[in-house]
Amino acid sequence: MQLSRIPRALGRALLAWIRGRSYFEVLTAIVSIAVVALLGVIAVVLFIVAEPSIRTFGIGFLGGTVWDPVAGIFGAAPFIYGTLVTSAIALLLGVPISLGIAIFLSELAPPWLRIPLTYVVELLAAVPSVVYGLWGLRVLSNVMRNSVEPAIQSVLGFLPLFQGNPIGTDMFTAGVILAIMIIPTISAVSREALLAVPENQREAALSLGATHWETTRVAVLRYARAGIFGAIVLGLGRAVGETMAVTMTIGNRNAISGSLFSQGQTIASLIASSWAEAATSPVYLGALIEMGLVLMLISLVINIAARLMVGRFIRRGEGAA
Amino acid sequence: MKLPFALPKLKFNRNMRRRLTDRAMSLAALMCVVIALVPLGSILFEALVRGAGALRPTVFTLDTRDGGIGNAIQGTLILISLTSLVSLPVGILTGIYLSEFGKGRLGGGIRFFVDVMTQIPSIVVGIFAYSLILALAVLGVVSPRLAFSTTSGIIALSTIMIPVVARTAEEALRLVPNSTRESALALGIPEHRTILRVVLPTGGSGLITGALLALARVAGETAPLLLTAFGSGFGFQGLNQPIESLPHTIYTFALDSSTGLNQTAWGASLILVLIMLLISIASRVASRPRFASR
Repeated sequence: MQLSRIPRALGRALLAWIRGRSYFEVLTAIVSIAVVALLGVIAVVLFIVAEPSIRTFGIGFLGGTVWDPVAGIFGAAPFIYGTLVTSAIALLLGVPISLGIAIFLSELAPPWLRIPLTYVVELLAAVPSVVYGLWGLRVLSNVMRNSVEPAIQSVLGFLPLFQGNPIGTDMFTAGVILAIMIIPTISAVSREALLAVPENQREAALSLGATHWETTRVAVLRYARAGIFGAIVLGLGRAVGETMAVTMTIGNRNAISGSLFSQGQTIASLIASSWAEAATSPVYLGALIEMGLVLMLISLVINIAARLMVGRFIRRGEGAA
Repeated sequence: MKLPFALPKLKFNRNMRRRLTDRAMSLAALMCVVIALVPLGSILFEALVRGAGALRPTVFTLDTRDGGIGNAIQGTLILISLTSLVSLPVGILTGIYLSEFGKGRLGGGIRFFVDVMTQIPSIVVGIFAYSLILALAVLGVVSPRLAFSTTSGIIALSTIMIPVVARTAEEALRLVPNSTRESALALGIPEHRTILRVVLPTGGSGLITGALLALARVAGETAPLLLTAFGSGFGFQGLNQPIESLPHTIYTFALDSSTGLNQTAWGASLILVLIMLLISIASRVASRPRFASR
């Protein structure tokens, strides 16, 4: 009795909602809801197809360190590790540069230079991921192998992080490519956050005799820090999901290694590089799709967090390519 | 601030140091811009130097199995036109809802999730399109072989493009002044005609800019296509068959051991990057007056 009332109540509420509205509004609302419902469909479909793997390996899947398709053993840890390491490198290198760019473009650059330079920096976002991959594989990895990695080793070679023979296609190179790719995202969103700082903040500091840098540091950066933090999280979201450029530069080795100069694999690069061979085996495919589910959950959490922090600064067309 | 100096010296030193710090930080910030532009310059330079030589006329006529990119260009054109055919109407209708009606809680929720959807990693979208076909195949609706096909490629690309179009359309329509809507409604024109005949055309240039940006985003996608459209050595063979695309050609040719194919990959990159830069610059130019009026 009680249960049968629920659909009727729902139907009545729906009718009441529709009655106050034009057909056109109802039509556009239905389309919009269908678009958003796609997010749920994605999650459900991934769960269904990943089910063989989820059932076979359970929660231990996430902690397993062995990935051996031939033996039928699948563990996610090497790829979660690779994703964390490359994203951390990307943030360490990319964040200071992005913040420098944002500060220069919104506070320190002469006015005539601001708009053209902003355009040029945003062109970095227009380069397709696969072109970054080609450049990373054929240009950057050579520079890394021959100059950058030996130079780092000569100074910091005693650290376990920088052991081994530099090969150029490794986690460090993938991290550097990611750093380049997240710069336009972080700098654009932080710049918006800086531009949203009220002018009287700056005027107050300047009128006390502060230099431009002191004004920026004391009155502007502090005021905009929530937006800047959100921008960084948004950049992290982009780094975590980036696929092609990483697949082509990371070396594609399915194991955990302590050294940044060794080959590795991220969640995204694992999926891209082993998709074709997995298509024949349901458990292998299920394991890959479960990895995709993990990636989707990570990036949803990151992006929702970022959005709650910076919602109003985010520009159209931003996003992971 | 505590400074370990004697008083008369302190004033001079402190101001010198403050001015030096100011200069140093300005310079450091400028250096950040320069550092960021080095990769961009290098990519353009390498693509020009290594790629221009590869772009002989025959490269455009041969298919990828013979080392050309003819079928890749054809495939990319087919994929992005069919994807636009699906995504533009759906995306623009969603944009209309968000800008014209979506002021309440429902609108806020839809806006939030559309935003979240623009940030889903594109490889996950590829997995989704592939898995969707597999799930439908289990139900007996389609053949599982459709998972690697033009159709699943279009599903993947549309899932990426619709949210982007929706958000850009919303932004474009929001810039249409309310007085325009009110004058049309005051003349007794019904709401849906006001929106379709008055608001949409007024926001036209913004809509086109947004559509172009969304198109650019989709045209460069590789990861979802690798999982769905898969690639093919031949030209278009039907919606239920795999199809080649320019980004996928760059990927396979880049990894090939043949230097000739590597060079062709650079040539294909040159084309792709030039298209992206043109779209990007065109959209900036088209949207410039809007920025001035803000």
